[in-house]
Amino acid sequence: MKRLLTATAAAALMAGPALADGEIKIGIILGFTGPIESLTPHMADSAELAMAEVNEAGGLLDGHMVEPVRADSTCVDSAAATAAAERLITSDGVTTIMGADCSGVTGAILANVAVANGVMMISPSATSPGLSTAEDNGLFFRTAPSDARQGQILTDVLMDRGFGEVAVTYTNNDYGKGLADSFQAAFEAAGGAVTISAAHEEAKADYSAEVGALAAAGGEALVVAGYADGGGLGVIRSSLDTGAFDTFLLPDGMFGQSLIDAIGDELSASFGVVPGTDSPGGATFVEMGAEAGFDPTSSFTGESYDAAALIMLAMEAAGSTAGTDVAAEVMAIANAPGEQIFPGELGKALEIIRGGGDVDYVGATAVELIGPGESGGSYREYDIEDGSTATASFR
Amino acid sequence: MDALNALVVFANFVLIPATAYGAQLALGALGVTLIYGILRFSNFAHGDTMAFGTAVAILATWALQAAGIGLGPLPTALLALPVGILGAMALVLLTDRGVYRFYRAQRVKPVIFVIVSMGVMFVYNGLTRFVIGVDDQRFADGERFVISVREFREATGLAEGLALRTTQLLTVVVAIIAVALLFWFLNRTRTGKSMRAFSDNEDLALLSGINPERVVLVTWLIVAALAATAGVLYGLDKGFKPFVYFQLLLPIFAAAIVGGLGNPLGAIAGGFVIAFAEVTITYPLKRVLGYLLPESLEPDGLVQLLTTDYKFAVSFGILLVVLLFRPTGLFKGKAV
Repeated sequence: MKRLLTATAAAALMAGPALADGEIKIGIILGFTGPIESLTPHMADSAELAMAEVNEAGGLLDGHMVEPVRADSTCVDSAAATAAAERLITSDGVTTIMGADCSGVTGAILANVAVANGVMMISPSATSPGLSTAEDNGLFFRTAPSDARQGQILTDVLMDRGFGEVAVTYTNNDYGKGLADSFQAAFEAAGGAVTISAAHEEAKADYSAEVGALAAAGGEALVVAGYADGGGLGVIRSSLDTGAFDTFLLPDGMFGQSLIDAIGDELSASFGVVPGTDSPGGATFVEMGAEAGFDPTSSFTGESYDAAALIMLAMEAAGSTAGTDVAAEVMAIANAPGEQIFPGELGKALEIIRGGGDVDYVGATAVELIGPGESGGSYREYDIEDGSTATASFR
Repeated sequence: MDALNALVVFANFVLIPATAYGAQLALGALGVTLIYGILRFSNFAHGDTMAFGTAVAILATWALQAAGIGLGPLPTALLALPVGILGAMALVLLTDRGVYRFYRAQRVKPVIFVIVSMGVMFVYNGLTRFVIGVDDQRFADGERFVISVREFREATGLAEGLALRTTQLLTVVVAIIAVALLFWFLNRTRTGKSMRAFSDNEDLALLSGINPERVVLVTWLIVAALAATAGVLYGLDKGFKPFVYFQLLLPIFAAAIVGGLGNPLGAIAGGFVIAFAEVTITYPLKRVLGYLLPESLEPDGLVQLLTTDYKFAVSFGILLVVLLFRPTGLFKGKAV
């Protein structure tokens, strides 16, 4: 008996990840609990939509079905996220991960688990500039652009609208700090003035102190580099109530219908930017998502779909599920040359790849990977009107 | 005029928010301190008891709103509060039956109770999310402001505005009523006196024929009522989200310990000390001084003692100092 067990264990190890039982498992690590827990279900649904599409088209690598395995990154707790990733790799045998979501936990998983195990990650939403230079052995990609890019976009929006002096508050983590710093640098270079750049913590009981400080410093508008479900909402609510600010610039983390519903009419002077594109893929994805029964206009849903699609297409191109093999193919799949692939065309893409052809994955968010494997990024500038967002322009 | 403007700025950004926040913390800390005084453990599930009670109250609010029943300018949630309290009572009594009573019968050490309450906390955590979901829920209705910034400016002609939200006023009023009721109960009724006796000396209280199970039962009922009230007031003022209630546990414990664990008066004082410390010490005086000082002395910088990054360091600093020099808290409580 003992020998049998040993033999089985050894066989399980030898057989390597995933393929042994006929299914290819792909990890989905997102913060299903924590500050962005209202965004993540839609993101996971988006990624699973792409997987279902591939399964419908006959699966990957000679008919192996793709199976998503969800795990909780918590968004804020690096230790919990690392443990979740380790579980996916050791007990579920995943070799590729769609995730993680928040920049801090993404960096932690990458450094502690992914690089050590040769597992590839594509994050749909980690936007910290720090991840561009992280030690990743070529295993890390993201379908979201770095915040260094967003800082420039925010500056352009403010300058075009004639704001010269603003206050900044950011959520105290890699994302918030990175975005606030890149924005401040870009804004001051363009001749603007930042009166104060103050951090706020997530999900705290009270934001009176933060708002008091921001109000004392003053400014024509408040840039809120936070989360729509977390501290960002609290800061805006408190600012409006005390009359500290009435115009807010909302970066991507603050995009969400929940924020507009929660605040109401008082938000109507505000505007924001969110990754988005007028490419036809975006519209197709929205239709597909609505049909599948989740909210495809929520943050980072298109990026999640694209991240999952890239993983699977790269697997097919590599002819292997090993993280390092898959990672080597991602850039070629995402960029020209090749046939353009939009959402809903993953089956077609797989056929082209099997036939030895080239694909240029465009997807829901016009994916174009630059530099160390991150999206170049296109942004949608929106105004808040009548309780919803109205597109002002694409940048 | 300038002095008035300075006062208004200070009241708008410090006095009013800190008072409302302090009242919310005080109600929460009262619950923690009662459990500590009578059941003799730190109840980590308190934040989530608040969340659950509030979730039930929100469901009742929605039902009332759907039925068209309201309180006019006051939030409908006040009518739903008794339902929330009953929900929280049912929850804690079931928990006591199923979990705590077992450990009480074993006469386990307090530290084991603490760990058990952590387990209970996680269960409540999931239960609340299961009942009402993870999202923000807004259930405040009625008039939002007693006086808004714009109304205040128009009425007084001052350059600075002042806002007083209905929920802030309500928080303070309800907190005062709740505390008055609690103290009347503890000091004037037979059951209240037996609770205090049980808290002071358990063995002596048992010898004099006090039924311990009854004391425990009443304590849980009071704590559930306090928790649901604090939770609903907090949710009305700042919006309901299960995750935030979990985070509220930290300042609540800080308040209870600073005031002196087991001492109800201390819990109230502690709540206000923590709230005012958080808001006041990090408040930049630039605008206040701008009004008070002559133009030549007007400050360029923010005149901030500590940046808001250190907001939590302030409460923990106070906690540390109190524990070092007065381990029993500001008011005489039990040493931790």
